[in-house]
Amino acid sequence: MPAAVPPPLDVDRLIDDRRTRIIVCCGSGGVGKTTVAAALGLRAAERGRRVVVLTVDPARRLAQSMGLSALDNTPRPVPMTGKASPRQRPEDSAHNAAPAGGSLHAMMLDMKRTFDEIVEAHADPDRAAQILANPFYQSLSSGFSGTQEYMAMEKLGQLRRADEWDLIVVDTPPSRSALDFLDAPQRLGRFLDGRLLRLLTAPAKLGGRAYLRVLNVGFGVVTGVLTKILGAQVLKDAQTFVTALDTMFGGFRERADYTYRLLRAPGTAFLVIAAPEPDALREASYFVERLAVEGMPLAGLILNRVHRSPAARLSAVRSLAAAESLQPNGDRRGDEPQATSARAAQAPNSLAIAALRLHAERMQLAAAQRRLAEGFTAAHPLIPVAEVPAQADDVHDLAGLRAIGNSFRTG
Amino acid sequence: MSARDTDWEGVRLHVVTGKGGTGKTTVAAALALALASGGKRVLLIEVEGRQGIAQVFDCPPLPYAERRVAVAPATATRPGGEVYALAADPEHALLEYLEMFYNLRHAGTALTKLGVVDFATTIAPGLRDVLLTGKAAEATRRREGNKHTYDAVVMDAPPTGRIGRFLNVTAEVSGLARVGPTRSHADTVQKVISSPETAVHFVTLLEEMPVQETLDGIAELAGLGDGGLQAGGIMINMVHPLVLSPDQLHAAASGSIDEDELALELKAAGLEDTRQLAAALAAELTEHATTVTGQRAQRRRLAGPGQPRYDLPMITDGIDLAGLYRIAAALRDQGAA
Repeated sequence: MPAAVPPPLDVDRLIDDRRTRIIVCCGSGGVGKTTVAAALGLRAAERGRRVVVLTVDPARRLAQSMGLSALDNTPRPVPMTGKASPRQRPEDSAHNAAPAGGSLHAMMLDMKRTFDEIVEAHADPDRAAQILANPFYQSLSSGFSGTQEYMAMEKLGQLRRADEWDLIVVDTPPSRSALDFLDAPQRLGRFLDGRLLRLLTAPAKLGGRAYLRVLNVGFGVVTGVLTKILGAQVLKDAQTFVTALDTMFGGFRERADYTYRLLRAPGTAFLVIAAPEPDALREASYFVERLAVEGMPLAGLILNRVHRSPAARLSAVRSLAAAESLQPNGDRRGDEPQATSARAAQAPNSLAIAALRLHAERMQLAAAQRRLAEGFTAAHPLIPVAEVPAQADDVHDLAGLRAIGNSFRTG
Repeated sequence: MSARDTDWEGVRLHVVTGKGGTGKTTVAAALALALASGGKRVLLIEVEGRQGIAQVFDCPPLPYAERRVAVAPATATRPGGEVYALAADPEHALLEYLEMFYNLRHAGTALTKLGVVDFATTIAPGLRDVLLTGKAAEATRRREGNKHTYDAVVMDAPPTGRIGRFLNVTAEVSGLARVGPTRSHADTVQKVISSPETAVHFVTLLEEMPVQETLDGIAELAGLGDGGLQAGGIMINMVHPLVLSPDQLHAAASGSIDEDELALELKAAGLEDTRQLAAALAAELTEHATTVTGQRAQRRRLAGPGQPRYDLPMITDGIDLAGLYRIAAALRDQGAA
C-alpha cells in the first residue's frame, strides 16, 4: 500500500491573500507554536502585510528578539532589522519599514490587565473600582483556568475591531489540551451567565427552587454543601460580583459568542501546529476533528521540528554497515545501547565513523517521524501539510524566525 | 534486606513536573517502575485527565480506581515489583471527599447532574487542586495494618508553569475556608507536601525554554508552603550520547571539516558519490555540533541550583515498553531510585 501523501500547504498563498485577516495557531504545549506564529507574522510583514502577532507567554529570548521586553498588553512595533534581501539597502532595514507597506507589531497578552480593561470600559469608575476589589473577581481574573484563553480571544476581538492591521496572527495559550481555548471562553461565559450561579445568588426566586425539586434535592442541601466546601464568603463575593456585572453589560456569554462567530467568519484561518511526536499529533488529530464539527476553517497542519537529511539516499542500514566496516579490528562498541555513555570516554572514532553513525540515527529519527506524519495523513487525507525543519539551535533573533519562515517557500 | 543507597531515601511522594513536550509523563512512569523494582509497590497518579499513563503503558483508559499496570523486572539479586496507576479527576475526588466527610454520596450524584461539582471546582480553582493533591497525599499516607499500602507514590503533576500554584495548597484555599473540614483537609495535604517525604522533580530537555522553566520552578519551590517545598532531581530527558571527540566537535562547530579526508574514508568504506556525500555529512556534523554546543550551555545553567541531575537516554525509535524500562534502568543506575 502506498504511503499517504498529504496535499502541500501553501503558507505563502495564505498569508498573501488579503482576505485572510486572522490566523489562529493552535496545538499542544511544547511544539514551538509561539515561534511558528512569530515566524509567520514576520514573513507576512516582509511580504507586505500589516501584521500584529498576539502572543502568550513567549520565551524570553524570543520576546527580546522581537523587541518585546515589556509585558504591557499593547501592540509594539518590531523593528525588522537585518533583512536578508539583497535589494534592501542597510539604511532601509534600520527602521520599521518592509517592502510594499508591510509592518510588524507584536504584543504579549496580560490576561488580568485585559480583564480589568473590560471592566473599566463598561462600568462607571465607582462600580469598576468595586468590581476590581472584589476577591472573587481577583481570583477569577488571575486564577480561573479558562481566563487566559478567554482573554486571548477577547484581545483578538479588540484587535480586529481596531482595524489597524490587516492580518492578526494569534498564538493560543499553552493549555494542557489544544482544545481548551475553544472551550474555555464559552465555559467561562456559561459559568458567569449560568443558571446555577443565578440560582445561588438569587435564592429568593422560587422558580429556581422548583427546578431543584425536580431533581429531588433540597435547596438547602446544595447551598449547604457549597457553603461547607467553599465557605459562605465566596458565595457572597460571587453574588456581589455577578450583580455588579449584570447591570454593566449584556453578559459574558454574549461576548464569548461574539468571539466564536469571529473565529468562524470568513477571513479566519486555523493552522494546527504539531511536532512529529505521538502526543502532539494525537492532539492535532483531535483538534482537526473538532474544527470540522464546529465548522471552523482549517487551513492545514504545520509540522514543526522535522528531521530530514541532506544525504537521504544513504539509508540508516547502509550507513551503519559502512561505519562498522571502518571500525578497526571488528570493534563493535556502541552497537548496544547501554554502551553509549561509556563510548565517549574511549578513544575517539574517526570522523567518518562518527558522521556515519550520526547520519544513521538521523535517518532512523526521520523515518520514525515520517511514519507518525503518515499516520496523521492516513486519518486526515485532505488536510494540507507544511513542514518546518528542526533548527540546530534555539531561535533567538529575527534571522532565526526568518529561517523558519523560509521553509514555507514553495517551488 | 538492606536498602540500596539512593538520592531520595525517605521520599515517599515523588511529584514530577516539566514543561510540555519534555516527556514528563514518560519519565514519571519510568520513575514509578524504577522505584518499584526490588519488591516494592508503587502508585502512579495522573491528574490532568489526558490518560497519558494508559498510553505509556499501552493499556485501556484508566478509571478512577487503582489498577495494576506494570511489573518491575526481577533480577538475579532483586525481586520484581508492581506499579499501580490511577487517573484522578476533581469530580470523583470531590464526591469521594463528600462521602468521606459528610456521608453525601447519594446527594453527590444529584449535585453532579446539577453541575454543582463543576461549579464548585470552577469558582475555586484552588479547590480543584487540593482535591487532586489530597488524593496523592491520602494514597501516600494510607496504611494496611502497620504497613504503608504503597512504598512510594509518583504524581504526574501539571506542567512547570502551573506547579507552584498547584502545590501551594494552603494559600490557595485560604480565601475559601478559614475553618472547617476543607481547611483541615488542606492543612493535612500541605503538611504531606511540605514534608521531607515529598520531593518535586523537574523533567527538562537541554533547550532554552524548558531549562528556564526548570530554574524558575526550583526557585519558586523555596517560597511555597510553610518554609518551602523540597526540590528533587533534574531529569534531563532525551540526552544524546557524545559521538565526537572535543577536536572533532570544534572542527564541526566552526565548519572547518576536512571534506576531502572525509570523502576518502567514505570511499574506503565502499560508498559511492563520496564527494557529494562528504559535503552532506559535513553539513549534518556541523548542525549536530551546533546543537551540542547549545546543549552544553544549557547543561551549565542546570548545574546552578545544585540539585542532582540524571541523564535519560534518547529513544529514537519511539517510546514503547522496552524504552520505558531503559529509562527506568537509567534512573536506577544514577541513584534516582
